[in-house]
Amino acid sequence: MLIAGAVWLLGNIFDNLADRGIASGFGFLRSTAGFGISTSLIEFSEASSIGRAFWVGLLNTLLVSAIGIVLSTILGFAIGIARFSSNWLLARLAVIYVETIRNIPLLLQIFFWYFAVLRSLPGPRQSHELGGLFFLNNRGFYTPSLSLDAGGVAILFSVILLAVLAILKRGQKRVVKLCAFLASGLFIFVAVGAEFSLPELKGFNFSGGMVLSPELVALVIALSTYTTAFIAEIVRAGILSVPRGQIEAASTLSLPYRDQMRFVVLPQALRVIVPLLTNQYLNLTKNSSLAAAIAFPDLVSVFAGTVLNITGQAIEIIGITMAVYLTISLSIAFAMNVFNRNTALRGTSP
Amino acid sequence: MQILRNLMPLVVIVLASAGTNAGTLDTVKSKGAITCGVSQGLPGFSAPDGKGNWIGIDADFCRAVAAVVLGSPDKVKFRPLSTKEAFTALQFGEIHILSRNVTWTQTRDSALGVNFAGILYYDGQGFMVRRSLSVKSARELNGAAVCVNSGSTTELNLSDYFRTHKMKYSPVVFEKSDEVLAAYRAGRCDVFSTDQSGLYAQRLKLAKANEHMILPEIISKEPLGPAVRQGDDQWFNIVRWTLFALVGAEELGITKANIGSLSKNTGNPEIRRFVGTEGKAGINLGLDPKWAARAVTAVGNYGELFEKHLGKNSRLKISRGLNRLWNKGGLHYAPPIR
Repeated sequence: MLIAGAVWLLGNIFDNLADRGIASGFGFLRSTAGFGISTSLIEFSEASSIGRAFWVGLLNTLLVSAIGIVLSTILGFAIGIARFSSNWLLARLAVIYVETIRNIPLLLQIFFWYFAVLRSLPGPRQSHELGGLFFLNNRGFYTPSLSLDAGGVAILFSVILLAVLAILKRGQKRVVKLCAFLASGLFIFVAVGAEFSLPELKGFNFSGGMVLSPELVALVIALSTYTTAFIAEIVRAGILSVPRGQIEAASTLSLPYRDQMRFVVLPQALRVIVPLLTNQYLNLTKNSSLAAAIAFPDLVSVFAGTVLNITGQAIEIIGITMAVYLTISLSIAFAMNVFNRNTALRGTSP
Repeated sequence: MQILRNLMPLVVIVLASAGTNAGTLDTVKSKGAITCGVSQGLPGFSAPDGKGNWIGIDADFCRAVAAVVLGSPDKVKFRPLSTKEAFTALQFGEIHILSRNVTWTQTRDSALGVNFAGILYYDGQGFMVRRSLSVKSARELNGAAVCVNSGSTTELNLSDYFRTHKMKYSPVVFEKSDEVLAAYRAGRCDVFSTDQSGLYAQRLKLAKANEHMILPEIISKEPLGPAVRQGDDQWFNIVRWTLFALVGAEELGITKANIGSLSKNTGNPEIRRFVGTEGKAGINLGLDPKWAARAVTAVGNYGELFEKHLGKNSRLKISRGLNRLWNKGGLHYAPPIR
């Protein structure tokens, strides 16, 4: 019944499209894009295909969401815990933060940060500079970048792995020393082989190096400060859900406040916090589509914006875009559920 | 929000059964008003004044069609639309005419289910920069950051131009023109690029218009004109001939001021056919003989429209250039009414 309905709907759509002389199909993904994109994690030029433009947009969306999720989680926990602080000023400030930020529409905050960031910065020729390596102006934050070949990337990756290993095994002095030794050796190897690219002023603007665009910065600040307010409330709710007796018992054992939080309260609070956190992560990811308003080339701006207008194939493009957001959201929800199962199990075995 | 608005017509196409295209003329007559898609505010073309009336050459074109079809230029409902929404709204009959400085291109004409009725304004894409940059030509723009509107031919022309001349640029793409201007004003980009008429219009909104200059290069052909939905030839003809009537009136010397007296006493057969005292041009269109006369009475001829909204009687002061009549060195040419 359902399938028959879906088939009828699809058939009807294509009949109507053909009837109105509107093109359909997914062939457009292979045609040349013909437009430029300012921020891209992968190589992209005007001669690339529209399919590649889709990936550029998608990666930008994921980038903003990932940074936003990390920042808002850290800040959210900090502010949520600050509300219980015995320091009157700190607790009040946390309340003011939460009540201000969560009651102002996100789009306004994005505009605020964007124009606040832009207005406060000088033009490229009057950049703030630090040691001739870092430059800050209203076109972005320029840093030197390192161009590595595949081998270099592999070595850098193993340095990071060694660092992680060293942190995990920080009890065992010998392992740590060995890791540090190996890592520094490899690092020198990379530094010798790599080519550094420095930003320098050429004509209108800086070229070379790496750039963090004001759009990205404004969007990340707005999304993470906004979501922080909600996460702080969730953390507060989680902490309140821990029975008072637990905290009193911890104080009786004369555990310092930090350890009370770390070993007694938070592990129990997480059971309440994690499922709610999932919602906020999903919201943040979906809210990142507001990027289109401030010219950050995310999926909606590039694909459901520029590409939609070039090809005019609204059904396919909006369909793909919705499917992508659905997939991202379901993946985040899945990851969080796995995490939740772990915290829940640990919590129930006293 | 934006997505939601894009989706509305999709719901229509998903659920509508095939083959229910009522004639637009009948729909318009039964509703007693034409719904006209205009820009979100571009001075000279379509922009609301202090009292909420839409002013400009695009808006007046819709008034002319309303006068032709419904007998009164006031029977128009204006719907401001972004470039992105405009064609979807037209495809699914939410608006009857799209008159919002959109460029006539082959893809739009053939793949979007719309037809362009003609060219109201011959435009081309240009660049605006701050005078302080001391740039004299677009060829010196290598490496510049360029603010543009998303979902427009502007974005594509820009990339073509920079590719052709082997120059680099960094596009900063916004959804609304106001945001493009705000970013340019804040110094986010060196260059503001859009249709040249649009640059003149946007420059008026800047605090010190004189500090900004429009570069001489025109990098594209941007024929702007009204579009209608594909598949309704009668309506298409009416809109197309309203445009021709405005241009033809200028050529014949028929103006808003003299049309009253010309209707009564003229021996010129061309003018007699135009005002409907001879021939049956209007009847063949499904209208009455006075159709063209009503258009001119309502808004004036093409030349009057141009000077009022874009030319010397306006704040924009754009010279007529390509938009002169064919016999004065321009491109506007109307087939004869007979």
